[in-house]
Amino acid sequence: MAAQAPAATGLAIETHELRKEFGRIVAVDALTMTVPRGEVFGFLGPNGAGKTTSVKLLLGLSAPTSGSASVLGAPLGDVAARRRIGYLPELFRYQGWMTAREVLGLHCELARLPKSDWAREIDDALDLVGLTDRAGDRTATFSKGMQQRPGLGVALLGRPELVVLDEPTSALDPVGRQDVRHILAALRDRGTAVFLNSHLLTEVERVCDRVAIVDRGRVVAQLTMSELTRERGVSVRVTGLADAADGIDGRFGRVSVEVEWLHAEGIAEAAVPGLVAALVALGGEIHAVVPTRQTLEQRFMSLLGVAQDPEDGEEPPGSPGSAGSPGSAGAAGGARP
Amino acid sequence: MSISSILIIARLTLREAVRRKLLWALVGLTFLIFGLTWWGFSRIADVSPVSGPVEMLAVSQILVMLAFMFSFVLAMTAVFAASPAIGPEIENGLLLAMLARPIRRSEVLLGRWLGLGSVLVVYALVAGYLELGAVDLATGYLPDQPMMAPPYLAAESLVLLTLALLFSTRITSVAGGAMAVVGYGLAWMAGVLEGVGQAFNSDVLRIAGNLARLILPSDILWRGCAGALTPNREVLTGGGVANVDLYRFSPFSGSAPSPEWLAWCLVWIVGVLALASWLLRRREI
Repeated sequence: MAAQAPAATGLAIETHELRKEFGRIVAVDALTMTVPRGEVFGFLGPNGAGKTTSVKLLLGLSAPTSGSASVLGAPLGDVAARRRIGYLPELFRYQGWMTAREVLGLHCELARLPKSDWAREIDDALDLVGLTDRAGDRTATFSKGMQQRPGLGVALLGRPELVVLDEPTSALDPVGRQDVRHILAALRDRGTAVFLNSHLLTEVERVCDRVAIVDRGRVVAQLTMSELTRERGVSVRVTGLADAADGIDGRFGRVSVEVEWLHAEGIAEAAVPGLVAALVALGGEIHAVVPTRQTLEQRFMSLLGVAQDPEDGEEPPGSPGSAGSPGSAGAAGGARP
Repeated sequence: MSISSILIIARLTLREAVRRKLLWALVGLTFLIFGLTWWGFSRIADVSPVSGPVEMLAVSQILVMLAFMFSFVLAMTAVFAASPAIGPEIENGLLLAMLARPIRRSEVLLGRWLGLGSVLVVYALVAGYLELGAVDLATGYLPDQPMMAPPYLAAESLVLLTLALLFSTRITSVAGGAMAVVGYGLAWMAGVLEGVGQAFNSDVLRIAGNLARLILPSDILWRGCAGALTPNREVLTGGGVANVDLYRFSPFSGSAPSPEWLAWCLVWIVGVLALASWLLRRREI
């Protein structure tokens, strides 16, 4: 039976001290996190952080060594709860001798959807992932990027309450990635929780409401996207002043000057016009006012304790070491596609 | 355990057998063997009409050899179809998306067994009876219990299918397939040794042979098939077999297994499937 769209309340996933050992190797160590329903949740971490193992634990594909967790209110591995979960594996592969339509049909059967709904479910999924024209082709004839599409379609069958996507855009071209962003937005709009395991930070930054950053099997931070990137500031290109910072007081945050750029970190948005007015009053000529913020990548690297290559930081002109990237504020707070 | 889940996987396996041409290859082979059998036995009948005991003995021996070859083909088909059925599909990711659905690993295993087993049983029965019919048509000879031979062959293929599926849960398809084939060969050899032990009253050989049959009871079922095809005492003695009892211990002869052995075959299949299910459940994927 098709799952009903859930109310966007309660928790889709809750884990407490979840641990998984493979012999002497600890893949997941004390994973504690909560994923609300109706949100797109990013699960980030470097390679080997235990992300895919965590996904397998959540889906009951692997048994935890210790700890507890619930998914959609059911204990891990609950067979009935899997009817309400869609999953796209990182290592996606489907029966190559089947057509895309047949693969979706098989999963309709496995998901125990009513037979009367199959045709509609399959057509909707094919349309959503842009495979209507190739529905009758064997999946073995699909390119790797194209193979990810029926996989995504499979994960969306039956309007699941939770969709778990393990690197869903890893094989897709930019157009495919944009399609996935649209699909994720549509899922959120209908109240579906999405657990997005990805290391593509720009993708996560654009679609997620909340992220957990995991390192060595532990969650090192779990924050909303706006909390993660809230460290805001402004950079002002000003000339005509011997020392632009001289005469600018603490109302405008932490101020520093580098060549023609004055940086005000942590400045309140409402105080920006006042800063500009103060610089003009001091005799300065304003050439540019550029909002800055800390990118997800910068925050990710700092949480993992990794020194960031200055060239990767998209620093404002002439201001290495400043708080963040000018011109990227439009993406702050989890801007939507 | 959900029967409907098992049937979903069994149907998927049957569809795969059809689409991957396994079924068509078996159907083609069946007709080829039927044609060759009919042609070959017709030539024998042309040379010398199968009416006397010597001719009947000759035909019966060729028939048993043919059944042995058919038993080998069935065993290899079972092993090569089952060896890649579980483990490689986990390793290449094919089963990941399926196992995230409301289906248990044991149901996938049993569905695979049921699907492949159906193909093997139908093939063994249809091809077996067709061959017997071809021999009867060409020579007029039929062994005493012709109806029992194909079911024994079908059961033997199920034993080997079960063994190969057990290996498939933990071992690579190449290694698992090789081990199953070696197991089949050793079981046959053990049957030969047991026969020699019977003929020469050697308890050691008898015990060793029976122990091997307990571990892998495929040879018990082959002996049942051979027994069903073995000519009766009149044909044997008329054909010049001086010691009929000794003849019955030949690797290409046999007798119907006792009900206890047949029950053991059933228990063995159920037990090995349970072990395979337990191993698969504990496997990290």
